[in-house]
Amino acid sequence: MNLRAIGAIYAFELARTRRTLVQSIVAPVLSTSLYFVVFGAAIGTRITEIEGVSYGAFIVPGLVMLTLLTQSVTNASFGIYFPRFTGTIYEILSAPVSAFEIVVGYVGAAATKSIILGLIILATAALFVPLRIAHPAWMLAFLVLTAVTFSLFGFVLGLWADGFEQLQFVPLLIITPLTFLGGTFYSVSVLPPLWQTVTLFNPVVYLVSGFRWSFYEIADVRVGVSLAMTGLFLLACLAAVWWVFKTGYRLKT
Amino acid sequence: MSSIISIRGLSKTYAGGLRALGRIDLEIRRGEIFALLGPNGAGKTTLINIICGIVTPSQGTVTVDGHDIVKHYRATRALIGLVPQELTTNAFENVWATVSFTRGLFGRPADPALIEKVLRELSLWDRRDSMIMTLSGGMKRRVLIAKALAHEPKVLFLDEPTAGVDVELRQGMWQAVRELRDSGVTIILTTHYIEEAELMADRIGVISKGEIILVEEKAELMRKLGKKELTLQLAEPLGAIPPQLAAYRLTLAAGGRELVYTYDAQAGRGGIAGLLRDLGAAGIACRDLHTTQSSLEDIFVDLVHEKP
Repeated sequence: MNLRAIGAIYAFELARTRRTLVQSIVAPVLSTSLYFVVFGAAIGTRITEIEGVSYGAFIVPGLVMLTLLTQSVTNASFGIYFPRFTGTIYEILSAPVSAFEIVVGYVGAAATKSIILGLIILATAALFVPLRIAHPAWMLAFLVLTAVTFSLFGFVLGLWADGFEQLQFVPLLIITPLTFLGGTFYSVSVLPPLWQTVTLFNPVVYLVSGFRWSFYEIADVRVGVSLAMTGLFLLACLAAVWWVFKTGYRLKT
Repeated sequence: MSSIISIRGLSKTYAGGLRALGRIDLEIRRGEIFALLGPNGAGKTTLINIICGIVTPSQGTVTVDGHDIVKHYRATRALIGLVPQELTTNAFENVWATVSFTRGLFGRPADPALIEKVLRELSLWDRRDSMIMTLSGGMKRRVLIAKALAHEPKVLFLDEPTAGVDVELRQGMWQAVRELRDSGVTIILTTHYIEEAELMADRIGVISKGEIILVEEKAELMRKLGKKELTLQLAEPLGAIPPQLAAYRLTLAAGGRELVYTYDAQAGRGGIAGLLRDLGAAGIACRDLHTTQSSLEDIFVDLVHEKP
């Protein structure tokens, strides 16, 4: 195992985050905090509680999940796409590193950044809404699992993408709508039965539901199902990454 | 001298059907400077990229220091440093960080003293904190060389290393390359500046249309394939070459005032002595004479054009 290579890639990616602190950390924290201000402190007081939880507090797990998903995908996809775009990928491909080590370096860095962001957003939320965490260990487990899974997904996206537009396409036009329609701002149980069924095809529902359960012990689907679905998606992403490195797709000619 | 790189039956056909390499067999000797020459699209970069692990071969095997590049890729890649043809750099990184990154990527422990030595040797020390995007093309090229040297490779590939580099800097780079060779590093270079290959290389390989058409010691190549020309300035102009001199390959130039004799370098001076005797017997007097020898560039052009 080339641990130094993993460390070099990991440190390189985190250094990129440090160089772009405003764009990487401040902007997502600020934009998510606006939701807490508007829905928590301003409008939230006029919306009825959901299963005993104030509306402002209810939306926190979903909003953290929104940031976690979009940032994980964006960080990881950009991390591997940029060297492909500039040509510096030659260095990674000609180094004595395995596919596994490359993935650990890039995905580990992207997931780390997302987790840090998620925790900062949680701390910020606590300033605006009454936040409680019933199961901190499960909360962290969901946070890490989701960040790793979607960073892997982002890594695959970064390998597949042929341009910056494709990189933006998935987070903006797929992840964000799925998160908004995945129970971030409402409980799935308030939907008509038909839409409840349709919603269950949205994978983000399971992430938000499981994550919210770790806070307030309320969930749209059973927490075991949430875990299983997240694990399933993780396996799918791992399989895609394995296939990419086995075939050299978009990496080697 | 033992081989450090052995290439056996190597071929590459890209997915689109482009056959970049035929069946290549080549041995690179330990500690030599090997110049790989060939026209654009001949397969030089494909060959280098296969050895370095960037391109997957279609057939054949390559070993580096006895290790197969596929089965033992960690061992072979750790031995190799690559300076690519394109100026591919991390524009937003600084020089120190990007060179240190490469050392870590190749599994070597941090060694600030070594990085400092490399940067000083390549005249980059004063710019170590500069973002790469602020550097000139020549400096970026040197950053790529510094990165390739950061993990102390035993084999260094220089793919067109002096493209876009000014003359003074180029000479400095070649001096650094010679010192590397003297320290035991094997160097494989491709260049469009054939005079550089002539100046630097121990051996020359010529690749054309994906096949190695010649591998030879540089001096031997020059001896075998180099042509010499003897130009004689005549005391009196000649209207035609006399029949008794027909055995020689002679042409008239400068309106009959010069007689040009073309001969192979291998022929040595025996041919000249005979010609001068025969000229004297024919009553042709000379005022002056000089010889020229074909350059590696002439040889290269002849070789590549000869290949069907």
